[in-house]
Amino acid sequence: MNATPALDTPSQLLSPEALKEMYWLMLLARRTDERAWVLHRQGKIAFHISGMGHEAVQVGAACAIHRGVDYVHPYYRDLALVLALGVTPRDFMFSLFGKRGELSSGARQMPSHWSARKYNLVSSSSVVATQVPQAAGLAFAIKYKRDHGLIQADDFSQPRCAITCLGEGSTSQGEWHEGMNWAGVHDLPLICIVQNNNYAISVPFEKQMNIRSVADRANAYGVHGITVNGSDVLAMYDAMKAAVHRAYRGEGATLIEAKCHRLTPHSSDDDDRTYRSREELEEAKRFDPIMSFAQVLLGRGVMSTAEQQEFEAKAMEIVNTAHREAESAPYPDEHTIYDHIYAPINHESGR
Amino acid sequence: MADKVLPMREALRNALREEMIRDERVYVMGQEVGAWDGTHKVTRGFLEEFGARRVRDTPISEMVIAGAAVGSAMAGLRPVAEIMTINFAFVGMDAIINHMAKVRYMFNGQFKVPMVLRCATGWGNQATATHSHTPEPIFAHFPGLYVGMPSNARDAKGMLKAAIRDDNPVLFSEVIALYPKPGPVPEDPDFVLPIGKGDIKRPGKDVTIVSFGRGVEWSLDAAAALEKEGVDCEVVDVRWLRPLDTALIFESFKKTNRCVVVEESLPYYSFGSEIAAQIQEHMFDYMDAPVKRVSAMDVPLPYARDIELMALPNVQKVIAAVKEVI
Ligand SMILES: Cc1ncc(C[n+]2csc(CCOP(=O)(O)OP(=O)(O)O)c2C)c(N)n1
Ligand SMILES: [Mg+2]
Repeated sequence: MNATPALDTPSQLLSPEALKEMYWLMLLARRTDERAWVLHRQGKIAFHISGMGHEAVQVGAACAIHRGVDYVHPYYRDLALVLALGVTPRDFMFSLFGKRGELSSGARQMPSHWSARKYNLVSSSSVVATQVPQAAGLAFAIKYKRDHGLIQADDFSQPRCAITCLGEGSTSQGEWHEGMNWAGVHDLPLICIVQNNNYAISVPFEKQMNIRSVADRANAYGVHGITVNGSDVLAMYDAMKAAVHRAYRGEGATLIEAKCHRLTPHSSDDDDRTYRSREELEEAKRFDPIMSFAQVLLGRGVMSTAEQQEFEAKAMEIVNTAHREAESAPYPDEHTIYDHIYAPINHESGR
Repeated sequence: MADKVLPMREALRNALREEMIRDERVYVMGQEVGAWDGTHKVTRGFLEEFGARRVRDTPISEMVIAGAAVGSAMAGLRPVAEIMTINFAFVGMDAIINHMAKVRYMFNGQFKVPMVLRCATGWGNQATATHSHTPEPIFAHFPGLYVGMPSNARDAKGMLKAAIRDDNPVLFSEVIALYPKPGPVPEDPDFVLPIGKGDIKRPGKDVTIVSFGRGVEWSLDAAAALEKEGVDCEVVDVRWLRPLDTALIFESFKKTNRCVVVEESLPYYSFGSEIAAQIQEHMFDYMDAPVKRVSAMDVPLPYARDIELMALPNVQKVIAAVKEVI
C-alpha cells in the first residue's frame, strides 16, 4: 500500500505538529522497547514482550480517538498506544523493574499489562482475548448511559467509544467471538483492532484459521470490517477515524485488521529462529513503520533532518532518565500485599 | 533394565514417546506442541518422528483442546492434550469439568473418556496473579477426574504412562520449576506406577509431612534440616490428588500422630483442608496435635520479586510448621 493517502482522507487534515507528534510517539516507543530488551539481556528484568513493528497501528489508532477519555482496553504489545495516551517511559520502566508506585498495578502485574484510571486505560489479564467481552461491556455501558440520558451524546468529557486490541491468533478464542457477536447484536460503540503480525508465537496465520483475512469475520457478527496496512500510520489513522465516527454516531462496532510485522521474538522467553527464517525477518524490516514514516515526513518537508535528530536525542534522554530512576527506586512495601483484594469496609452493606 | 539420570522434562518425553510407539491411537495436540517442540520442550522432535497427523499444533483455543480431546476419546482415540499453562485451562473449564469428568457417569458408562490433559503448573517466575495459578485442588474437587502431579523425574515417567494407559480421564499437572531437575529414571518401556498410589519419600517417626509436586522438595529439605535438631520427619508424597492414597497417609499418621501438609496452592478449601479433615474424621484417636497447613498466602500473586517470594511457601515455613506440632 502507498504511504501517501488519497486526497479526501482525515489524515490529510493533520497539521505538521500532529504528524510530528505521531512520529515522536512511535520513536519514543521504539527506543523504550529497545532498552527493555537490553535490560532483559543484562539480567536486570524478568520479562519483556515487545511492540516493535506494531507502532504505526497503535499510534494511528490512538491519535484518532479522544485520547485519555475514550476507553482503551489494550493488549501486551501496546506500548506505543499507551504512550500516546499519557503513560510515560518512566511508568513502563517502573513496571519492568516492579518498583514501588508503579502506575498500572503498584507492581502487581507483569509488565505490559497496562492500566491507568486517569486515562480510561483499562487493565487486562494474561489470558489472551479476555479483554474483548469486557471491552464490549465498556461499550455497552456507554450506550446504556446514553440511552438512559445519564450522559449526553455530545458530552465530550465522557468516553464515547471503547477500543480493544489483540493479536490475530487470539481470535481463535471463544471470548473473541462472544464479545464481537454481542457488540454486533447491540450495535455497540466498540472498535476491535486485531494486530495481525502473522504469528502467534510460532504458529502461523494459516494454522490459526482457514480464511484469508480476519476482517472476513466481521460479516458473521454484523459489524463493519476492514483490513488496513498496519505499517502505515496514516492509513491506520484514516481507518480508525472512520470507525470512531461510526461509534460516536451510534452506528455500531468495527473490526479493524491491521497487518503488521513482529520485528522481535514473541517475548523474552522465545527464540524465533526455530520457526522463522532470517530472510523472512529481514524482509519484514523493510516495512519498519518508523523508518517509512520518517521518509514520508522528510519527503514532504514536514520534518527536517535536524528535527529528526533532536527527536532521537530527546528520546534517548527520556529513556535514560526513566531507566535510571526505575532501577534505583525502592521495591513496594511488603505490607501492601493485602491491599485491594476487597473493597474497604462498607457500612451500607454491613461489612 | 537400568536407570538413567534424566531431567523431568526428558522423563516425560520418554514416557509419551514410548506410549505413542506402543499405541497408534495415542496422539498429541496443543498449542506449540509441534513446530516449537512444546512450550516446555516435552514434545521435542515429535513432529518429525510421528508426523503432523499425530502431533497437532492447535489454534489458541483451549476449549477445543480440551473439548475435542473429550470427543475424540469418546470415539476411540487416546488423546494426550496439552494446555500450555494450567492458567489457560480455565478457558476450557466447561469441557474439563462438565464433559471430561462426567461423560462416563452421565451416560451410564456407555462412553469412556481415555484422555490425558497435560498442564504445566506452578508459580515463582514473576508471572503474576492471572498467570501463576497452581489450582490442582479445584480439579480434584470433581468426581470423575483423576488428578496427578509428580514430584520427580522417575515418578513423572511412571505416572504419565499410567495416565495414558488408563481408561479414565486424567488431568496431569507438571510443575514448571521441576522440568529441569534430574533424577534416575527406569529405561523400561513398561515402567508404570499405579494410579492413586502415594510414596514415602523419606521414612521418619516424629511428624508426617504430606505433600505432592514441588512441595515434596521443600518438605524433604525441611526434613533434612530438622534431622539435625533431632526431629525425624516422614515425607509422604501422595502423587495423586485423586484418587487420594488415604491409606498411606493414615498408616504414617498412626506412627507419628502429627501432621503438616505442604502445598503450592492457596489455603482456602485446599489440599491442606482436605487432609486435615480426613485426619480428624478418621484418625481422631491418634491425634497429638492439630494438623498444620503450609501453602501460598491467601492473595493474588504480585509481580515484585520480594513480595512474590514472601507470598509463596518455602522450606523455612515448613520447618516452622513442623516445630509448631512437636
Ligand atoms: C488463553 C491463552 N492461551 C495461551 C496463552 C499463551 N499465549 C500468550 S501470547 C500467545 C500468542 C498470541 O498470538 P497473537 O494473538 O497472534 O498475538 P501476538 O503475540 O502475535 O501479538 C499465546 C499462545 C495465553 N496467554 N492465553
Ligand atoms: Mg500474532
